[in-house]
Amino acid sequence: MTAVVGTPRLRKEDPKLLTGEGKYVDDIQVAGQLWMGMVRSPYAHARINSIDTSAAEAADGVAGVYTGPQLAEMGLWIAPLPCAWPVTDDMVNPEHYPTAMDEVHHVGEIVAVVLADSRYGAADAAELVDVDYEPLDAVASIAAARDGSATAHSAHETNKAYHWPLIPDPDALEAAFANATHTVTGEFVQQRLIPAAMEPRGVLAVPSPMGGDVTLYSSTQVPHILKVMIAATTGISEAKLRIVAPAVGGGFGAKLNVNPDEILAVTLANKLGRAVRWTETRSEAAFSTHQGRGQLQKIELAADADGKITGCRVHVDADMGAYMMLITPGVPLLGSFLYTGVYDVPAFGFTCDGYFTNLTPTDAYRGAGRPEASYAIERAMDLLALEVGVGPDEIRRRNYLGGGDHFTDMETASTLVFDSGHYSPNLDAALEMSDYAGLRAEQQRRRDAGDAKQLGIGLCTYVEICGLAPSRALAGLNYGAGGWEHAMVRFLPTGKVEVVSGSTPHGQGHETSWSMIVADKLGIDPDDVTVLHSDTAISPLGLDTYGSRSLSVGGVAISMACDKVIDKAKQIAAHQMEANPDDLDFAGGTFSVKGQPGAELPIQAIAFGAFTAHDLPDGMEPNLQEQVTFDPPNFAFPFGTHVAVTEVDTETGEVELIDYIAIDDCGNQINPLIVEGQVHGGIVQGVAQALYEGASYDDAGNCRNPSLMDYLVPSAMEMPNIKTGFTTTPSTSNPLGVKGVGEAGTIGSAAAVVNAICDALSPYGVTDLEMPATPQRVWNAINGGAS
Amino acid sequence: MLVETTINGQTYSADVEPRTLLVHYLRDHLGLTGTNVGCDTSSCGACTIHIGGESVKSCTVLAVQARGAEITTIEGMAGDDGTLHPMQQAFMECHGLQCGYCTPGMVMAATSLLSENPNPTEAEVREGLEGNLCRCTGYHNIVKSVMAAAGSPVTIGAGS
Ligand code: FES
Ligand code: FES
Repeated sequence: MTAVVGTPRLRKEDPKLLTGEGKYVDDIQVAGQLWMGMVRSPYAHARINSIDTSAAEAADGVAGVYTGPQLAEMGLWIAPLPCAWPVTDDMVNPEHYPTAMDEVHHVGEIVAVVLADSRYGAADAAELVDVDYEPLDAVASIAAARDGSATAHSAHETNKAYHWPLIPDPDALEAAFANATHTVTGEFVQQRLIPAAMEPRGVLAVPSPMGGDVTLYSSTQVPHILKVMIAATTGISEAKLRIVAPAVGGGFGAKLNVNPDEILAVTLANKLGRAVRWTETRSEAAFSTHQGRGQLQKIELAADADGKITGCRVHVDADMGAYMMLITPGVPLLGSFLYTGVYDVPAFGFTCDGYFTNLTPTDAYRGAGRPEASYAIERAMDLLALEVGVGPDEIRRRNYLGGGDHFTDMETASTLVFDSGHYSPNLDAALEMSDYAGLRAEQQRRRDAGDAKQLGIGLCTYVEICGLAPSRALAGLNYGAGGWEHAMVRFLPTGKVEVVSGSTPHGQGHETSWSMIVADKLGIDPDDVTVLHSDTAISPLGLDTYGSRSLSVGGVAISMACDKVIDKAKQIAAHQMEANPDDLDFAGGTFSVKGQPGAELPIQAIAFGAFTAHDLPDGMEPNLQEQVTFDPPNFAFPFGTHVAVTEVDTETGEVELIDYIAIDDCGNQINPLIVEGQVHGGIVQGVAQALYEGASYDDAGNCRNPSLMDYLVPSAMEMPNIKTGFTTTPSTSNPLGVKGVGEAGTIGSAAAVVNAICDALSPYGVTDLEMPATPQRVWNAINGGAS
Repeated sequence: MLVETTINGQTYSADVEPRTLLVHYLRDHLGLTGTNVGCDTSSCGACTIHIGGESVKSCTVLAVQARGAEITTIEGMAGDDGTLHPMQQAFMECHGLQCGYCTPGMVMAATSLLSENPNPTEAEVREGLEGNLCRCTGYHNIVKSVMAAAGSPVTIGAGS
């Protein structure tokens, strides 16, 4: 067998998805199912005076209508929805039930549910529920939350949720700023983003006819986490819960949660003995699914006369939204360690204040804290370049960790140890592929000619934290779970291999990549490998897919399980060939005895022998299957340099992204085809933040653009081709030397694009632009108004 | 109201409420769930099918409006022996899909694009797919897939 790892291999997943055979939650129909319709609050903050459900109850096809207090009385849950990351001991965590009890805290919060026998019937019945609200003052922004004249939760005196500091050496930090030749300050807005996976979230809970078992099909990234959390929230034993994530149409962090609908579907199905289902509409998703970002950042850099950074100080005010969801409070902290970027920063300090608002809760969205951090430091590097009077490439070069040379296991000021890095060649490759010198010449030409369309070139060298996570590191952050991943590899009697994966894909192509790893390890054909996943009845142990962790934790676990399979097979082979195990070689799927040509046994024959168990070494268990739970010793830190080229129409303020070059380094690659796809998609989500997207709210807390008509997810029209290239710096955190690539594009691209726009407009004195950089904002900036 | 249609060469008839959207008729009444729903404002194209050979967003049409129509959905694109349609094959070879949710709509929109313009430029492909959103691929490989299906595989992106 020739090696398949490292080659672009077509995906196993595709034929099903291409022919409409893929089954997403909403595609699964069961007899006797009831459709759940949600009655949602039109107010961001209000007291519920009364709810009249009589008209809804009388409607045709309605099986039941339940208000929050009624559901509570039915004993459907034993605890509020979980927050797994209480970042400080005194963090405020308002109780959050699947439905509001007497006060609503964001538009779209569920106040009652209806069950009806059809999709349309449920929507109609929800309309018939009459709720009497008494509106209260709403907190509709971080600024309003800080101001505190209204509180988001009437039961709390302040909107402040927590204060979290990370200042390893306060004296050094102070000294750095006191002694600096240059200082720059950047204040940035990370607008709220609607994740908008193309498949809306949905659930289908199916009770078994006896025994109190419930199967939940959910469009989730985290079936395993969901199982534990549903058990803890509802009191239904984990042993009676089976969670299945069927085909999942994208997640991007938005399907990494424990949602009211999931709890409601499971408990109502369990109570009523009928299947209960719900699929969010797109416009509903702005309220029923968490949002991303929502931060105000202030970053200050201190530098010496050469522009060498001596200190970095950061403060973030973070919008939690109305409630703490699964990891809401921890998202800004995930970014905290990356505000020093790829740079050698001797002194560092970070503080974060979390605030409640009366808006949809925030939580993880592609990159979760890290795109925000990368944006701040990479924008600040451009400000520093202007201040020092050198180019953006030069300021980065002067500050790269390890001087831009290759390093391994380097401690940084933010207390993390970077596994490996090699930044200068990565920058060089990006400059070369983009023809940086040529672009600068063209920029100058247009400037000299006073061209209406000015060219901007934006750089960003990002670093990401992947491989979430070493469990002990998570303990240090007060996170409520570990970061290991589980895998099982078993030879079947016929010589085929079955892999049980604890990580759960939603578009990333795990089946293909895992098959490739196993094929090379065991010397078999990738098509002889079947990967099972995303069903807790088949894969009982796992911690799922988020934080670019699948390969660097789960993929590594699979590789290690293969090693154990080979070890056992070797014992059997040695026994059957009457040789010493140490004298056996294993290559291409065959054991051979050193120095004895012809003495060979294929691993499939050994697998069959392990199945019959007729002739195994004394005391050896039959069958050839092994499992591994891998807890990584460290994170992995992929990096890359992106170059965005924008054309800014100085007459209209319109920005066109005309070219995008990305040189990424995710360590060793399993399937370059999939890696490239991840990079493309990630980049476009970051570009979208920079240029188009942002959930917009009025002062009363109403979302102005919940639908895809108003929320501008870019189409193919707005996007350029993306030129990709790679450098390879293997990780030291795992035996495969892999790092992870799921979020890289998003982490690099927003800063690259805004740097490019500011670069284009530097002759106009523009040094910053708020995202999204709409034509109006750009025009205002050019014409001296507020950005 | 009785709706009779020919879908993927087969005749279907079902009694539906007059307000039933064609996409829900296909999915909920006939079990043809390959056609997806991604929005409620006719913005995403996940529901794209062919009616009389032309691409239509099936969430913008009532089932009753499709009475007597010749409809093709994603389920009708591959050959009877399972051979993928050239557009499906191109998406597979160019990694034009990740989660696959936008894919049926993309494939339907792209085939109708090529039937109107068999040799589009890259810009024409991007423009032609403007009504179809994908959140995973960044469109790069989708555009590449369509160009490849048109028989003009361009090397777009230096690294690919
Ligand atoms: S579902 Fe038809 S356009 Fe979105
Ligand atoms: S492949 Fe996921 S939305 Fe297009």
